[in-house]
Amino acid sequence: MTLDQKLAILSDAAKYDASCASSGGQKRDSRDGKGIGSTTGSGICHAYAPDGRCISLLKILMTNFCIYDCAYCVNRVSSNVTRARFTPEEVVTLTLEFYRRNYIEGLFLSSGIIRSPDETMSDMVRIARMLRTEHYFRGYIHLKTIPDAAPELIEEAGLYADRLSINVELPTDRAVKDYAPEKDPAQIRRAMADVRLKREAGKERSFTGKRPPRFAPAGQSTQMIVGADGADDTTILRTSTRLYSGYKLRRVYYSAFSPIPDASAALPLIRPPLMREHRLYQADWLLRFYGFEVDEIASATKGGHLDLEIDPKLAWALSNRHLFPLDVNRAEREMLLRVPGLGTKTVARILTTRRHRTLRYDDLRRMGANLKQAKPFITLLDWRPRALGDAADLRARFAPPPEQLSLF
Amino acid sequence: MRRVSLPETGTFEAWRNEARDLLGAGVPPEELLWQRGQGEGDLFAEALPPVSGAPVSVPRGFVDLARLVVWHRDPERFARLYALLWALRREKRLLEDRGDPRVEKLTRMAKEVSRDRHKMTAFVRFREIGQAGANRRSFAAWFEPSHYILELTAPFFVKRFGDMDWAIYTPDLSAHFEGGALRLAPGAARPDLPEDAAEDLWRTYFRNIFNPARVKLKAMQAEMPKKYWHNMPETRLIPEMVATAQARAREMAEAAPTLAPKRAGRITSRLREVPDGPNDGAVGDLSDLRRALDGCRRCPLWQDATQPVPGEGPQEAALMIVGEQPGDLEDLEGRPFVGPAGQLFDVIAGRVGLDRREAYVTNAVKHFKFTPRGKRRIHQAPNRGEVQHCRWWLDIERSRVKPKLILAMGATAVESLTGDRRGLMDRRGSIEVAQDGTPVLITLHPSYLLRLPQAERPAAEALYEADLRKATEMLARLD
Repeated sequence: MTLDQKLAILSDAAKYDASCASSGGQKRDSRDGKGIGSTTGSGICHAYAPDGRCISLLKILMTNFCIYDCAYCVNRVSSNVTRARFTPEEVVTLTLEFYRRNYIEGLFLSSGIIRSPDETMSDMVRIARMLRTEHYFRGYIHLKTIPDAAPELIEEAGLYADRLSINVELPTDRAVKDYAPEKDPAQIRRAMADVRLKREAGKERSFTGKRPPRFAPAGQSTQMIVGADGADDTTILRTSTRLYSGYKLRRVYYSAFSPIPDASAALPLIRPPLMREHRLYQADWLLRFYGFEVDEIASATKGGHLDLEIDPKLAWALSNRHLFPLDVNRAEREMLLRVPGLGTKTVARILTTRRHRTLRYDDLRRMGANLKQAKPFITLLDWRPRALGDAADLRARFAPPPEQLSLF
Repeated sequence: MRRVSLPETGTFEAWRNEARDLLGAGVPPEELLWQRGQGEGDLFAEALPPVSGAPVSVPRGFVDLARLVVWHRDPERFARLYALLWALRREKRLLEDRGDPRVEKLTRMAKEVSRDRHKMTAFVRFREIGQAGANRRSFAAWFEPSHYILELTAPFFVKRFGDMDWAIYTPDLSAHFEGGALRLAPGAARPDLPEDAAEDLWRTYFRNIFNPARVKLKAMQAEMPKKYWHNMPETRLIPEMVATAQARAREMAEAAPTLAPKRAGRITSRLREVPDGPNDGAVGDLSDLRRALDGCRRCPLWQDATQPVPGEGPQEAALMIVGEQPGDLEDLEGRPFVGPAGQLFDVIAGRVGLDRREAYVTNAVKHFKFTPRGKRRIHQAPNRGEVQHCRWWLDIERSRVKPKLILAMGATAVESLTGDRRGLMDRRGSIEVAQDGTPVLITLHPSYLLRLPQAERPAAEALYEADLRKATEMLARLD
């Protein structure tokens, strides 16, 4: 099999993982002329595929042979997809040659489980070690961790990788049992706990003031598949909250369950719920940057599901209209963040500017507010909305007109 | 009118020097005509001898803004910057007014330059041009930015590609990095770069990383505008990828499930052949405890916790120490009393000569109960039902260890052992008996001490220390 054929198979096998971030972590460069690579802290997306996803890293599987039988996965043991396996040298060469041509920020390496978790993990660690210690590669490395691998291997992986991730795959333990019977949700949680503890130990100085080597400086992330099992959005967001608070994850990725070649009979294929995925990301942002609690978002759902037609912040504002309209010139930051159409940056601009003068409608436009959304919820020196109408009336102003949906 | 010509490289420094002198000399914006390069002179403008004046100070934010805006392609950029600088003399805090039209316009221009720079770092595509066997490999690229950003962006490439030579050509300027040194040269026409075999591999990757079941063209084009496409090797695949996407997705959906390959059944049955773990009833000895606890579903606390935390210590310990429940760190590590409360316990126990390693240390409730608040998990006291359910495990531990004395720390432990959590402050320091007759010494929980205001803590700590001393004395008598 040629390298080109292997690359085709093993990138096709890796594309269902949504994560591609290359941000966070320490700054490095290669100005010393020894090796190549740099990381600036903020990631770069080097291309975009027509699915709208960013291509930042060379995202490949080391091999798509796998002994597990996860129903949602294209690489499960019971699937008939073509199998391939890279040698560690091939992965290293591809990474470096792509990097030299400025195609990528680095490598995101994952793998099917072959023979045993430890053997798989040690091959992955070997690739990262070759890149870092033989080729002095200072670009970004993201390793997908095998939860059952030995702690020493995870330890070493964290020394070379910027980010480690372990996928929880599905929002409930029940669903994991049903669709990924070889995976153990408790073991996945323990592995994430372990990464958090190692990261925190890596930040503490010893009594001599020396810092231990940084462990996975860009943190850890995970992915949940949305729409494969019956979990509702509230359940998914609760799981995310638990993961963020317990294991200090940088990101939880939501991946709409999408048709795969040679699908399992256990999971009927659906049109990927892209809008649902989008709303979950919006809600996730509200939890992390806007001071929302998961119960508040849940209170504005219908039967546990986020409104697909309007965004979750607007949905929350519509069901809490007694709090509005809000005087932009006086309201506190916490409340400003809850106004639909005002983002964190706009709110920061409002706060600095209003120290000096009273704000008008046009000021907000210049500060980047989405006034079409914000208008009914705010008052300014020269702006006062009409009374907020009844729920249906106001919602209709924002929701898109109904349209016929088609399958594919 | 005074004409000010700025060079095509080092433009920022030149503009800053000119502006500094002009502002110092009090030359108003309307008397100036700025231009990049020598260009066509304005009929009414003349190059006057330089002026200089008193040094002026400007807010830091303005310098950052100017550093970007000078590279914008808008011919008015220098004049706009100078006009804002002029206004800043009177209105010192103008930059903080994000609603001001002048500030807004320049901020937007800075953002456009910054975005163009970012896109350049993303979309430059090098081709290898060097000879095999050369000391350093060498690469070159052709790029057409929207603004004059090459000088601004070159340091990024210097930092990134330290061990190779490279050149980037743009219509306005070219950058050459050779043997570790950067050199800027005039712009050029598109150079003829040799084919690079890596581009075929890259196209293979681009084609296969795309998921045909989720086409989002708008999202793609918002981030990768078409103006960049013609210099990127992969973009020529896009029309065909989009055209066939629907059919490929439909094919996947309509394909009938296939029979699994033969080896699948063998592998799966081997993997699933694990013996069932012991259920609640069958805990042989303490080494089985963790495994048995893993399966505990007596109350719902297991759902949010990482893992159950069993007790720890010698199986024949004379002293058993019972706390409330695992905290954040105990939950992560799977071991009792490793967090702040455990550390405080060790400190005070050390004062009375009590060694934790000789005791069996455990909790009344084995899973961590909490509510997530932002990025933290806030401890929540277990309720009566949870304490009752978990007594099952404490009873097992107690019947295996058979301690001579139990130290019950805090109301939850006291409730679990004696059935009553009321009046802890009155009962502390006294001995009661557990259901099986083991003496129970009642005391405070160290996390209670941690929560007290500084002023009240020494007194409470003294009580706690007295209780621990009493425990060591009792143990000495029991021996």
